[in-house]
Amino acid sequence: MKLLQINNLKTTFHIEAGQVQAVRGISFHVDRGESVGIVGESGSGKSVSMLSIMRLLPENAKIDADRLTFDGTEIMDMDQKQMRRLHGNDIGMIFQDPMTSLNPLFTIGDQIMEPIRIHQKLSKSEAKKRAIEVLKMVEIPSPESRLNQYPHEFSGGMRQRVMIAIAISCNPKLLIADEPTTALDVTIQAQILDLMSDLKKKGNTSIVLITHDLGVVASMCSRIIVMYGGEIVEEGTTREVFYNPQHPYTWGLMRSMPKVTEGEKKKLIPIPGSPPDLLSPPKGCAFAARCEHAMKICTQMSPVPISLSESHRAACWLMHPKAAKVERGVGS
Amino acid sequence: MGRYIIKRIIAGLITMFVLTTVTFFLMHAIPGGPFSPAEERKVPKAVMEKVQEKYGLNDPVHIQYVNYLKNLAQGDFGISFKQTSVTVNELIEQGFPVSAKVGLIAIIVALLVGIPLGITSAIKRGKWADWLSMIIATVGISIPNFVLSVLLLFLFAVVLKILPTFGLTSWQHYILPVTCLAFSPIAYIARLMRSSMLEVMRYDYIRTARAKGVHELQVICKHALKNAIIPIVTYLGPLVAILLTGSFVIERIFSIPGIGRDFVSSISDRDYSVILGMTVFFGAFIVICNIIVDILYAVIDRRIKIDE
Repeated sequence: MKLLQINNLKTTFHIEAGQVQAVRGISFHVDRGESVGIVGESGSGKSVSMLSIMRLLPENAKIDADRLTFDGTEIMDMDQKQMRRLHGNDIGMIFQDPMTSLNPLFTIGDQIMEPIRIHQKLSKSEAKKRAIEVLKMVEIPSPESRLNQYPHEFSGGMRQRVMIAIAISCNPKLLIADEPTTALDVTIQAQILDLMSDLKKKGNTSIVLITHDLGVVASMCSRIIVMYGGEIVEEGTTREVFYNPQHPYTWGLMRSMPKVTEGEKKKLIPIPGSPPDLLSPPKGCAFAARCEHAMKICTQMSPVPISLSESHRAACWLMHPKAAKVERGVGS
Repeated sequence: MGRYIIKRIIAGLITMFVLTTVTFFLMHAIPGGPFSPAEERKVPKAVMEKVQEKYGLNDPVHIQYVNYLKNLAQGDFGISFKQTSVTVNELIEQGFPVSAKVGLIAIIVALLVGIPLGITSAIKRGKWADWLSMIIATVGISIPNFVLSVLLLFLFAVVLKILPTFGLTSWQHYILPVTCLAFSPIAYIARLMRSSMLEVMRYDYIRTARAKGVHELQVICKHALKNAIIPIVTYLGPLVAILLTGSFVIERIFSIPGIGRDFVSSISDRDYSVILGMTVFFGAFIVICNIIVDILYAVIDRRIKIDE
């Protein structure tokens, strides 16, 4: 059974200038024990779509979906109490910036024990035991003494470990990691990713990994969702997306990714232009303005997703039988 | 911590020395003195001389200054020039507890009303509750308490006749002066709390708390409040000093036998020892309150290392 099912999710922010359509009708699912990567540049709607599911957006956001179910229950119909059960207990969340995600005025112990005490109804000493246990799981040395320390006494990487410890403390069914390594330096990034892979292997937790780094996804996820301008432009297994990418935006993402394996020095090719203004989204394909293969129809009509296999689909007019064949720009 | 407090006390003593010196010489620079003869009453010159001598007013100012500092170092504020056989120490001993009691109640009221008002207003931003509390706050800041006290006196004591007008003999007597004293601090605290809360509620750790499944009430009262309260603590230092040492105006209007009243009359009387004594006492109080506030910071926020 599918753990998370999203059908036609739309998230709109009401601001003075109008309505920002941050997420424009996306549909996907996450299976049990599966890890899915959501890739896209800043402003593509990756984080907003996940925060929509958690209903953690500010008040000016309006969420609309045909279906939004977690473990068979409709999230949109949940009351505050059910939502709180979902938060922290069923779904754990790791945020981008570990420097600001922990409350500076409470000890690490307090903050880890909080969800444990709320959801598992454990006593203080039992919760403390569990907190030490999860700190050990995220490989923080001497957890007993660390419990009484404050966030400012931890380094960035250590804080992100604490955030992960909080997220996994109640054995969630789903772990949402919103760019968990973006704010960390490269060596720490690798450690955190290793840690997450280990945790994934040990438990039966599904993971949604939000990132703009395709490399991170390749090592962690079995499936990839590529988002652009609030829409899903391509979706498939990691193998399918990496070896047979269909959307020019995916090509662009891959070209802009450094390849460590290549001996020769090769310049990265950036994607020119900037993401579309979602206050007034373009009529046709959102990527058309930046696409080197854009055709006349691209600016007039939105492309319909075309399936290449059971798991692989992409939305691009180039896939239309009548479109001219173009040289795929992945750079072989 | 200990070293820090000692350092602060030494700095405080220097402040007190400067305060005493400036007040002393300013006071003596004002024309007239405690025994300046009134126009209509002619005091014989010889009598005047004797009186001046008794109080040491014939000495040069700098000698008077040194003598005063000597006495001050022993904790002796001298005797009042105007009220016969009353020392300034006695005036403070009698007046301060009265002022402090009214002031303390006013502070508690201000905190108990101001903080929830600010929080409500921040959470219900743009809704009627926000408008209402901000209207109260604006009114509270703009109406001076002597206007408010007269209005309230007229309404509750004269028209409705439900509250007494002066004195402090029953709990009803406290209602009007405490309300007048607390009103503008309530307004200030509410506004401070609102903006501080609005800022804190946007922080990532609030989202983290929600993502952990923490009840919204706990998110506000535990995670946000502890962070948002810091500006209030800053304001509390001078507020405590001002309210506990008595409000001149309120004590005058409600005939409260506190030290604020003595302070005001001492100035028009040129009662040198009382003016100085009260100023030094008031100054010391502010210095102490500020030290306490700085220590409180470090207790609330462990990132602040006060030893450095």
